[in-house]
This record gives sequence, structure tokens and C-alpha cells, in this order.
Amino acid sequence: MTMLQPVIVTFVVIIVILSIATVIAKRLRRSDPSDAHENLWLRLRTWWQMVGVFAMGILLGGVWSLLFFAFLSFLALKEFFSLIPTRRADRRVLFWAYMAIPLQFLWVQWHWYGMFLAFIPVFCFLLLPLRMLSIGKTDGYLKAAGTIQWGLMTTVFCLSHAAFLLILRLPDSPEQIVGPGLVMFLVVLTELNDIAQYIWGRSIGRNQIAPLVSPNKTRAGFIGGVTTTLLVGTLIGPWLTPLETWSAALAALIIGLGGFAGDLNISALKRDLGIKDSGTLLPGHGGILDRVDSLTYTAPLFFHFIYALLPWHTYSGAVWWSG
Amino acid sequence: MAYLFRSRVVVRLKQLQKALFFLLLVKPILSLIIGLHIRDQQRLPKRGPALVVANHNSHLDVFVLMSLFPLRMLSKLRAVAAADYFLSNPLLAWFSLNLVGILAIDRHPKRGRTDPLAPVEAALARNEIVILFPEGSRGDPEVMTPLRSGIAHLLQRHPELEATPVFLHGLGKALPKGEALLVPFFCDALVGEPIRWSGDKQQCLSQLMKTFKQLATELNAATQE
Repeated sequence: MTMLQPVIVTFVVIIVILSIATVIAKRLRRSDPSDAHENLWLRLRTWWQMVGVFAMGILLGGVWSLLFFAFLSFLALKEFFSLIPTRRADRRVLFWAYMAIPLQFLWVQWHWYGMFLAFIPVFCFLLLPLRMLSIGKTDGYLKAAGTIQWGLMTTVFCLSHAAFLLILRLPDSPEQIVGPGLVMFLVVLTELNDIAQYIWGRSIGRNQIAPLVSPNKTRAGFIGGVTTTLLVGTLIGPWLTPLETWSAALAALIIGLGGFAGDLNISALKRDLGIKDSGTLLPGHGGILDRVDSLTYTAPLFFHFIYALLPWHTYSGAVWWSG
Repeated sequence: MAYLFRSRVVVRLKQLQKALFFLLLVKPILSLIIGLHIRDQQRLPKRGPALVVANHNSHLDVFVLMSLFPLRMLSKLRAVAAADYFLSNPLLAWFSLNLVGILAIDRHPKRGRTDPLAPVEAALARNEIVILFPEGSRGDPEVMTPLRSGIAHLLQRHPELEATPVFLHGLGKALPKGEALLVPFFCDALVGEPIRWSGDKQQCLSQLMKTFKQLATELNAATQE
């Protein structure tokens, strides 16, 4: 239980920061009711809701935490399928693609690491096109098979790594619950990186870093964001996770760089589809993909970094938390 | 007296059964599996008599439109539906009449015999809110067809009546005509400004069509650059 304390403290700190930001935004909106201030207010209101749902998802533990991540994947995949052009003939293929979500999270629940890694990149990749072949519509085949697999990889496979963090245990102290701390570290740093890149970019950013993909991103925003993430991650890593100072710093650097790449990845997708926001689910932020874009990169990258670094032991049998 | 009491109990039970159907099945499916985004919900009529008109792409449309209203108004909502389709077998008829509460309309009335709009008139006289699909049938997914004139007749006969247009998007992808498998897609319901009798049937229909097109454009503009 002791490892949960830093997670709860982190939530308290987030709530304090959000409260301060909300008070400031309220004053700004009252003194100057411009569009920008209205948007800031809307964004903060949505942040409150997202933090609330995420806190429930993390603190409830066990199956509930997995359900939270599974539902997040479902929303992201649904948003992706709603955005891309799909063929009517592929309705059944899309249905089976959705069915991959409960299975992928079942592997996590069962601590079946091999299947967790192979299911979407190998089995879905091979089997979903077979369902397509049995329908027999070949025009647009590659495009349909390719986009469906891309969506599954991004929104289900990548995001499910955050859920796998939850069940990790250290072999020399298997009773210690380290999962929530690891997820907290990953998610807090990923979001912080997004916000820090935005704020640094808006305040001192001048030179565009990827003018063709995302004209708003600047070199100063990128460097400032990654540096902020690196500093905060080095500071809170050893306290929130089993990582030491140097490894926490390296993990933070991976999250900073990965988050930037993930953001650009979804930006390129939106640019290709000719849309500004991926959806309307999160007022002020856009859609769910707009929010989890960085996480689709940071979750698997951070996971494999710490999985390689520490001698983990996926505790079979009892699910974490109830143990 | 006893008969009257019993029939009132039956009515209450039927209302409860419908409310539970919406609360436990329709609303969870629409919010969790589909994920409906609603805009300008406040434009919907607060009380009957009133008309709600929408484009039609899916069997889900009627459930979406009914779920836009608060649960306590459920017993006041009536959806116009084709008698030849929805009353064709006993199970579907029971479902349509008891859980959805359709107003069954004869699509092919013999000339001069009966007024096909009579059930709608009766419902309006009972201060109910009538849901209509002026395209008539669901057609190809996400493609609009010309509007039938029934709606214009109603507005002409009741110049004080307001028709609120609702543009539905995405439901034709989630459950198109001829499919039984529901595939999740995000869907939208955009409520437009209510319209009234303008003095000319054709003008009423084109105004309605214009509103639908405008709502569709607004939906695209909301996400596009």
C-alpha cells in the first residue's frame, strides 16, 4: 500500500494546480471575455472531468482500471473509424476490430505477456484481412486493411501498454504495488510535456520545427517542453516509481521526445484528412485522439524502457491490488 | 369505474415499461456504444402539440430523437411509421406500439377513402410531440432524398404549429438499411431553428431542406480547418 501514497499526493498536487488555474481563468474571463479566455475556461473544465475520471480509473484498481483503459481505447478507435473513409463492405471487419479491444485487455488481466505483444501486430494483422477476403471486395483493399490495422495499433495496442504497467511487480518485493505509480509517472509527464511545449512555444517560440505537419510547433516550445519534462521527471521519478535518479531522467527524456512525436503523428493524420480536431468529445480540447496523441507513443516507449531496465515479474494468478 | 381504474393502471405500467426500456437499454447504448454528440438541444419543443422532423438513415434514428427529450416527456412522443412495415409481424408490432409508441400510418391509402394524416392530427390534438421523417424511407446511408409533402400539409392545416428540424449524422454508418449488426461510430444530432407555415407548400419543403443542408455544412465546418 505504501507505494500508493505518492500517487494520491500527486493527485492532490494536480487538484491544487487545477484550482489555481481555474481561479485565474475565471478572473481573466470576467475582466476580458474574449474567445481565447472562454476557450481556456472550457479547457480547464474538461481537465477537471478528465482528472476525475482518470483518478477513478487508477485508484479503483483491478478490473476497473483495466476497464478504464479498455474504454479509452474503444473511444479512440471509434473516433478513428468515424474519421477515416470506410467501405460499407467492411462493417463486419470493423466489428471484429472492435472485438480486439476486450481480448487485448484480457491478455493483460491474465498476465499473458507473449499474447499481449503478439495479438494485434501478428494475429489481428493476419486475421482481419481474411475476414475482408471472405467478403471479396478488392477495390480499396490495401487502403482498408492498412487503415484498420493502423488504427488498431495506435489506439489499442499502443495505449494498452499503459494498462500493462499496472500489473508489473518487482520479483524481490512482489507484494509492493508499483503499477499505479508507473502509470501516474507516464501520464503526468506526457500531459505536462504537452502543456509545457504549448506554453514555451506560445511565450518564446519563433522558429517552426515542423512547418508542414504542425505550423504551431516551434523549436523553443520543443526544447523548453522536453527540458521541463526532464526536470520534473528526474525529480518525481524516484519518489513515484522504483526508478533511480538517472533512470528516471532517461525515462523522462523518452517521454518528452516520444510525446512530441506522437503529437506530430496525429497532427499528420488530421492534416491528411483535412480536419482541425479529431472530434468533439472533450470541449476545448477536441476529440479523444487529440488528447491521447502523445500517449500513443509514450506508453509503449516508456513501457519497454522500464521493462528492459528492471527484472520484472508479471505475477500470475492474483491480479495486482487484490493481493 | 373499476374498468376505468384498471385501464389507468395498465397505461401507467405501459409508460413505466417504455421508460425502463429507454433508461436501461436505449440510453446506455446511445451514450456508451454510439456516443452521441448533441447540439442546440434547447431548440427542441418543450411541450406539444409540436413536430420534430429529421433526415432518415437508420432504425436508430427514432431512438436518438426520442432520447433527446427528458424521460418524463417520453409518453408524449409519437414517431410516425409505416403500418405496412412495422405492423407486419406480431412481435415487431408489439415492440413498435408498446416500447417505441409509433403512430402507424397507411403509406398507400386508397384515393379519397381515408386521410393518411388523421392519426397525426389526433396525436397533435392530444398535445403530443410528433416525430416525422419527411424523406419517407431510410434510403442509402447518409444520402438525403427529396422530402414528401405530408409535413407541408400538416403545417398548412395548423399554421400555429412549429416543426423543429433535426439533422442526424453517422447513424446510417452505425446501422444502415438492410443490416442487423450495430457497428459503433460517433454520431451527431444537430437541432435547427423551428419553422412554421410560410404560405406555400413548396416553399415550406425547400426551407426545411435548406435547414438540413445548413446544419450539415455547420457540422463539417465545426471539425474542418
